[in-house]
Amino acid sequence: MTIPLSTSTFAQSRRLPKVSLPPVGASLAMLFLIVLIAASIWPDLFATSNPLKIAPRLAFRPPGLGHPFGTDQSGRDIYSRVIYGAGQSLLLGVGAVAVSMALAIPLGLIGGLGGRLAERFIGWVLDVLFSFPTLILALLFAAHLGGGIGPLIVATGVGNAPGYGRMIFGQTLSVRRAGYIEAARMLGHSPLRIIWRQILPNVMRPLIVMVTMGIGQAIVWSSALSFLGLGAQPPAAEWGTMLAMGRDFVSRAWWLTVFPGLFIVLTTLSTTVVGRYLQRCLEGRTS
Amino acid sequence: MSAPAGRSLQINRLWPLGWLICRRLLSGALVLLASATVTFFALRLTPGDPVRAVLGGPTANPTPETVARAIAEFGLDRPLPVQYLLHIGRLLRGDLGTSFSQHQQVSAVIAEQIGPTLWLTGSAVAVAWLLSTLSVLATARRGWALSAVGSAAETMAAALPQFWLGLVLLAVFAFGLRWFPPQSDGGFLGMVLPTLALAVPLAGFLAQVTRESFELALDQPFILSARMRGLGEGAVRWRHGLRHAALPGISLSAWAIGSLIGNAVLVEVIFSRPGLGRVLYQAVSVQDMPLTIGVTLVVTLVYVVASLAVDLLYILVDPRLKAKRT
Amino acid sequence: MSKASLIVDNLSVDFAAGSARKSVVRHVSFRVEPGRAVALVGESGSGKSVTARSLVGLAGAGAIVSATRLSYGDRDLRALSQRQWREIRGRDIGFVLQDALVSLDPLRTIGAEIEEALAAHGWGDRASRRRRAQDLLRSVGIPDPDIRALQRSDELSGGLRQRALIATALALDPAIVIADEPTTALDSTVQAQIVALLSAIKEKGHGLLIISHDLHLVSKLADEVVVMHHGDVVEQGPVSDVLAKPRHAYTRALLDAMPGRHPRRRRPIARDREEQASSLPETVLDVRDLTKTFDGPAGSARLAVDKVSFSIQRGRTLGIVGESGSGKTTVARIALGLVTPDEGEIAFAGRPWVASTGRGPRVSEADRRPYRRDLSVIYQDPLSSFDPRWTVGQILSDALQAAGLARKDQARRIADLLAKVRLPIEIADRWPLNLSGGQRQRVAIARALAANPKVVICDEPVSALDVSVQAQVLDLLADLQEELGIAYLFISHDLGVIRQISDDVLVMQSGRAVEQGATEQVFSAPAHPFTKALLQAAS
Repeated sequence: MTIPLSTSTFAQSRRLPKVSLPPVGASLAMLFLIVLIAASIWPDLFATSNPLKIAPRLAFRPPGLGHPFGTDQSGRDIYSRVIYGAGQSLLLGVGAVAVSMALAIPLGLIGGLGGRLAERFIGWVLDVLFSFPTLILALLFAAHLGGGIGPLIVATGVGNAPGYGRMIFGQTLSVRRAGYIEAARMLGHSPLRIIWRQILPNVMRPLIVMVTMGIGQAIVWSSALSFLGLGAQPPAAEWGTMLAMGRDFVSRAWWLTVFPGLFIVLTTLSTTVVGRYLQRCLEGRTS
Repeated sequence: MSAPAGRSLQINRLWPLGWLICRRLLSGALVLLASATVTFFALRLTPGDPVRAVLGGPTANPTPETVARAIAEFGLDRPLPVQYLLHIGRLLRGDLGTSFSQHQQVSAVIAEQIGPTLWLTGSAVAVAWLLSTLSVLATARRGWALSAVGSAAETMAAALPQFWLGLVLLAVFAFGLRWFPPQSDGGFLGMVLPTLALAVPLAGFLAQVTRESFELALDQPFILSARMRGLGEGAVRWRHGLRHAALPGISLSAWAIGSLIGNAVLVEVIFSRPGLGRVLYQAVSVQDMPLTIGVTLVVTLVYVVASLAVDLLYILVDPRLKAKRT
Repeated sequence: MSKASLIVDNLSVDFAAGSARKSVVRHVSFRVEPGRAVALVGESGSGKSVTARSLVGLAGAGAIVSATRLSYGDRDLRALSQRQWREIRGRDIGFVLQDALVSLDPLRTIGAEIEEALAAHGWGDRASRRRRAQDLLRSVGIPDPDIRALQRSDELSGGLRQRALIATALALDPAIVIADEPTTALDSTVQAQIVALLSAIKEKGHGLLIISHDLHLVSKLADEVVVMHHGDVVEQGPVSDVLAKPRHAYTRALLDAMPGRHPRRRRPIARDREEQASSLPETVLDVRDLTKTFDGPAGSARLAVDKVSFSIQRGRTLGIVGESGSGKTTVARIALGLVTPDEGEIAFAGRPWVASTGRGPRVSEADRRPYRRDLSVIYQDPLSSFDPRWTVGQILSDALQAAGLARKDQARRIADLLAKVRLPIEIADRWPLNLSGGQRQRVAIARALAANPKVVICDEPVSALDVSVQAQVLDLLADLQEELGIAYLFISHDLGVIRQISDDVLVMQSGRAVEQGATEQVFSAPAHPFTKALLQAAS
């Protein structure tokens, strides 16, 4: 005799998360990154000539047939140099993010889980370090470590670490205070198990997004340091170094600066777009 | 009848504000102290002889008398804690030491160079806020096409490295079109390109943050409530939406100012502008430690002052915090 | 105020998204006349709010509104431009949205909000608008309007905030006032005041349209009632007819679901047999003299719980009822071992469970952990209590692991638990985010039952649910108690819910237990003035 008041309780259709292709922007960005990774592993497949080969007769050729991005002051093919620079730049980006994370993750976790004293102290330390602008922190480190790729990676990584540390610290605190952690305590789980099974995975989950976006940012920072003459030294085929060399000729040969810079921009843009897509995927299923 | 109540309400509102300023000043002082500590150890850990680090870098050739004077002044023959206290003591007296590369007092160098940098970063922050606000007000939630264009432009802008943008602006507008001077001449025209090089990427970043919170704000019931009182689209966006949307951007502004001073290093080098950034770059390249430390401390000081100002601005925009921070 | 009526004939609303078109409201007709009140009644998804919003041209993005007649006075509202709509909104039709905390701009003072409504229609100059704002605040019963006008919504109590929101809608003295769930989320004594204010507005000659799920509110305020279900009008007529002699099955079901209409039904035979088996009822939770003080702002202290004692027997329910800030949730959190009391102690199944910070033996979390499985909890917002990475199956499996069940036996037990809370087994593969509120709360109940607990602490478990879902969840809890012999400590602000579920009841006010006793006795013959006031407000 009674009719069900709410049909929603059982009969609700299954709303499965839709499996669909990523949007155009994210697809293009992924494609670009895949090509970039391929270029850094097999540069010969893409490059048309030796990136270091000098040909003074061919100096300052504008972009055209044979030299799609033109040639530099020594007649080196800029397109090939950009291709050979991809590996260097990706290495810098990935390496610097790895250094940042190696510093930031322990700091953030200890601050978030180590009790009230650790929380206050590490929160404060992170605030102080964060007050140094990234570039200045990296500059100070680079000045101490000297030139070269290794020091460049460390300097960029250290410069970015406080920012990541703050994010991980904040994320740890908010996960620790989440309702589901209290619920886990109420079920009688031990603190170590809660940290291992629930807090760590939930803190680490957004890291994939942070890391993806961070690689692009790190490439920008490291090329900025290279541009200032710290890090890779000319005539190495590194994007930042190429920009620094092109700077002297910016009034007569724009292609020396535009193309390497364009690849920095496209790389950052791609990691940002892919990172945001990953974020949306994570949020779509949960939270 | 309610006048006394009104006055006590006023006092209640002002009291936490003073408390907040006191606390911020205290924590700012702590940040400076920490910065001085970091720089002290940076000085001590410089590869090579600490005496040379103050007297002229690895290539210097000081006389034995100057070395002896420096050892006495900095207490280099005494234990580390004593040296540290001497260092802090000098800083407290405002003595930042002497720059060997500039051949003058560090404080004099900074006093001379800080003006152009503050001008540059100040105008860049202002232009960045203007650009991002315009972009958000004009394109956020204005139909699919317009908001897609707006948000794509913001993402692009945020991905531009300042130094590359500077070079491109230089190539196009200074050498190509000859609208602006390629080197800073101290005038208004010379400011335009460096300001844009710093402001556009920051504007992209601020606009992304502001757009997200603006769209969140427009979904809030109080916006619907305002529409139901008969307010038009412009008034709703301007008076209700923007104020909420600006909050995250404002709280990021102190960080933005700090990071702009860092990036000013690049832009000042590219445009051959005088300023702290270029001085820092030169100091680092010749390992002039006293100057490096001095500039770093001043940058930290700017950050501390900026974050205090930002906190006050935040409270002006969001009065809820005043009550919470007691 | 002009005395115009709002006439709605055959109003339908569709939402277009791309090529798809979804009908949300079909053929609704009613008229709102001066001095009369119409109520749109229904649960979430019934289309009542969309109906109301389409009357001011704000049904939402992609909405297609059609009607054979939609007029205010002699003005046809069907073909208005945005500009013309803006003139109508606020001036002719005032709208009070639900939840004043978020419906008033939290960054602005309530005075500014009222003045803005006046300014939007070019009313008066700055000084006269300010005076008008204060007059309005006074007229809706806000004391000291000159001070209150300078405060923001988060600085006001729930009742004052709701009054201020009503004042913004009344600013230009509109002939029609629409109020969407005007009493939801308010304490019952405050609800009664808001109902009185709305009645007064009606008496003054405004036409009132009330949107509500609360039949109780409707019965006190409305002259005519329109019952909506999934976008259709299922019943319509004078309020006394519809509520007293409902013709449609849905209306009857809705009335039936009102909490507290049926006091607790017990199966008496089962009960007797059980009591014969154990002559003395076993006390599972024994709470003695709990006191807890929290630090307030600027060195002040707030006494949250003041010497509260009670005990719960096996298979029985103690309901704690009180308004917001009465300390009932603090009692629950002390019982869960999350807050340490200043004084008093709790014994659980004969063992010390919670000890005070003061003298006497301490009980640590490690001491409690082995017995946690015997005491579980259900929260008001189940979603935030689930790990966002986990499906329902993983959530239950985690709870079973805590209870020490071997992995190979878990699948069967999960199926068993889902069947107990009457959910289909397929739910196990889904994420809680994609479930309805009622389904989520059932999952939370299943988790709470995972380890066969002796006591379940329920903190406002049905407050966020629709009435009909609320009734189903309450029935489920009662059935599970019969079946499994669980004791409940049931916290709620809702007298009806408490009356329906509890064997015994404890009434809290400002941290003190002002009245305590068997449910029917407390409800039929309240002794304390506060209990009387509560019951009066709810009747």
